[in-house]
Amino acid sequence: MGVMKPNRAVGIVGYGAYVPRYRLPAQEVAELWTEGNMQLPVREKSVPGLDEDVATMSIEAARNALARSGGLLPSRIGAVWVGSESHPYAVKPTSTIVAEAIGATPYTTAADWQFACKAGTEAIQAAIGLVGSGMADYALAIGMDAAQGRPGDALEYTAGAGGAAFVIGPAEASLAVFEGSVSYVTDTPDFWRRQYEKFPEHAGRFTGEPAYFHHISSSVSQLLTEMNLKASDFTYAVFHQPNAKFPMKVGEDLGFTREQIKPGLLVNEIGNTYAGSSLIGLTAVLDIAKPGQRILLASFGSGAGSDAFSLLVQGRREGVQAPGTRDYINRRTQIDYAMYARLKGNYKLN
Amino acid sequence: MEVARFWRTKGQRYQLVGEVCPSCGEKIFPPRDVCPACEKEAKTPYTFSGKGEVYSYSTIYSAPEGFEKYAPYTVALVRLAEGPLVTAQLTDVDAQDVKVGMPVEMVTRVLREDGERGMVVYGYKFRPVCANQGAAAQQI
Amino acid sequence: MRDVSIIGIGQVKVGEHWDKSLRELGYYALHAAMKDARLERIDSLFVGNMLSGELTGQEHLGAIIADFAGLKGVEAVKVEAACGSGAAALRMGYIAVAGGMADFVACIGVEKMTDKQNASVTSALAMAADGDYEALHGLSFVSINALLMRRYMHEHGYKKEDFAPFAINAHANAVNNPYAMFQAPVTQKQFTEAKMIADPINLLDSSPIADGAACVIIAPTAIAKEFTDRPVRIRASAIATDTVAVHDRRDPLFLEGGAISAQKAYAMAGVGPHDIDLFEVHDAFTIMSALSLEAAGFAPRGKGVALALDGEIGLSGRIPITTMGGLKARGHPVGATGMYQIVEVATQLRGEAGANQIKNARLGMAQNIGGSGATVITTILEGF
Repeated sequence: MGVMKPNRAVGIVGYGAYVPRYRLPAQEVAELWTEGNMQLPVREKSVPGLDEDVATMSIEAARNALARSGGLLPSRIGAVWVGSESHPYAVKPTSTIVAEAIGATPYTTAADWQFACKAGTEAIQAAIGLVGSGMADYALAIGMDAAQGRPGDALEYTAGAGGAAFVIGPAEASLAVFEGSVSYVTDTPDFWRRQYEKFPEHAGRFTGEPAYFHHISSSVSQLLTEMNLKASDFTYAVFHQPNAKFPMKVGEDLGFTREQIKPGLLVNEIGNTYAGSSLIGLTAVLDIAKPGQRILLASFGSGAGSDAFSLLVQGRREGVQAPGTRDYINRRTQIDYAMYARLKGNYKLN
Repeated sequence: MEVARFWRTKGQRYQLVGEVCPSCGEKIFPPRDVCPACEKEAKTPYTFSGKGEVYSYSTIYSAPEGFEKYAPYTVALVRLAEGPLVTAQLTDVDAQDVKVGMPVEMVTRVLREDGERGMVVYGYKFRPVCANQGAAAQQI
Repeated sequence: MRDVSIIGIGQVKVGEHWDKSLRELGYYALHAAMKDARLERIDSLFVGNMLSGELTGQEHLGAIIADFAGLKGVEAVKVEAACGSGAAALRMGYIAVAGGMADFVACIGVEKMTDKQNASVTSALAMAADGDYEALHGLSFVSINALLMRRYMHEHGYKKEDFAPFAINAHANAVNNPYAMFQAPVTQKQFTEAKMIADPINLLDSSPIADGAACVIIAPTAIAKEFTDRPVRIRASAIATDTVAVHDRRDPLFLEGGAISAQKAYAMAGVGPHDIDLFEVHDAFTIMSALSLEAAGFAPRGKGVALALDGEIGLSGRIPITTMGGLKARGHPVGATGMYQIVEVATQLRGEAGANQIKNARLGMAQNIGGSGATVITTILEGF
């Protein structure tokens, strides 16, 4: 199958990011478990407050996205879709909470999506289909996570919190238009969390070559080939970012330069936000992108798959009353490991 | 478990839906159906902007049941831009940085959980107005 | 309407009564008051209580206490108005006797708070506030008072330590009250260094959680002298309400319910604040003392704390308050508190206050507050 395109042109009408204010330096984790004898995968990661979860973070990102949607009424949103691997309920949608809080209820469809770290781009692809087919004029797609890492595990250095929300709508109302997308999936168990388990398991170095690199390379190569584009046709390239090394390597292997990748590479400052990871990178790029510039977006979800998109920027909104992605990154309160353990509920209180 | 009690007030708690008095225009929150200013019936829904300022505040060190794991936390009376006072928690702020008159904005957060098995109750809290420097603050 | 007098008083020491149940506490106070009035039998029993259901799993208190006291067949009901339950019970009894529906009425205030642990008691007390709009947001009852205190300090320019005289005065007076929970003085230094509970309210701004029970027997004044040498007339008893939530008040720093109930009481007794010889104030927190003094007309707006700083609240001051220790040092068994205030005013007017006796006390007033001012009961008593 080639590149996916909707019947009518579809784009991003508005977007919004969210990152909680707490930051845990990776050095804190290294000191505790390895006496500092560890090569740090990121500088620090974001940590949610005690009153935050995927629902509350999605609500704030969604409000920011609406604030950047040129006065769109929430009641016109035909779908509220939240992609995450840390939904607060195992059974009961996050999306209805978000839909209620932004005023999109009751005549809308709502659902939660799950595909490890690509649940958010999955929701975007579905939203492109919904709007592109004419079934709805606007759909809200969110990728958001409050990721868990087992104490002492490699994931504990990077498992962050945050994500982004996108109002998907007709191209003529959009800031950036989707030119096409490719999804590439295989059954590759590199990372998982079984039902009723708090922390995920991963397959160590198997998560690299056969999982992350193979799937992203495949989806992006196919997209470029089918759309007759080359890496230099893009101003920005945003990849899923589980650490600082992987996205840079996969990007360079595909022919992208560090300058194309760096503006959307946030992992050193906020960690891996899982379903939010590539999407919040995209919001950082949209904050600075100019009309006519092209953006490559490629997610990766364990299990495994990658969604690749080509976006063409066509406008900006001025005077928006919503914090930019950098505003959230700069809003930073550093914590130590003891506070981190408390915020993550790792102490048993009763 | 008190499901219906929370369900029926979700509009108020998630997005500050109060009322406006059709007779005198008074903005009302929490909704109370009888206008406190003119005592006529007031049932017209009105969604507040969520902007306001701290009227008074206190930090709780000894928390009620269900709130123990959050202590210490800061609570406040917030004067909404449209007029009413509302009682709520402050969040994303350290107690020593709170001041009377500080501008705040509404966010929707977890108020409490009904144990590990029960429902999560979401509702309004307020926090210092988040910086909005947009692209100007970019540092690439 | 008949004139009504108190013909008997009884109380148990306020404290942590690990070995006594709610019904026992209620019965001891009732028994003491009936003995004081030399009575074997009463017509009606009004039991003021706030939290028996929540803290001891027992409601239906009128019947429980009547049953335990062996008062078979007597009319008995519980009266609830949060921390104002005690004086509200007296008000109900007063209506019954004044209206000619009963001759001998026992009014009890009783609370058993120590059967549950701290967080449970904190939650239970928050039921005096607005459940959906204050308590659901994690506010403790203390913190609601703290919001008032912070704003009061902000508007009127007081420092935290300016509130110390209320606590110091209460503790000094409790030293001579054998029924008080804390019969020990506190110092300015102790106040300054006390542990914070809900900033700016610290442990010594706050009245303690406690068990207790107090009781008065009331009867028509016309026959009062047959039962006691020192009857105390009820010159006024008035309840007023205000919004339950502080945020719903136009002016959160003015206890409108306190002002209305005081005005009603003054009008009923035909007196004014200058006629009052002592005032049992509802000092659940130091800020409440200031707000109550202002609402009742003893100090202008914002000057309640200044009155205390000027030394006017002591036993020989312009308006003595908390003469037997107040809620702060006698203790605050919530639903019983209002009745302790009445018993203490009666003790003063009977001239039985010992070292704390206010010289020539003739008119005494008590103001009992439910919640943060939602129910306020003002009672004026006269010795004769």
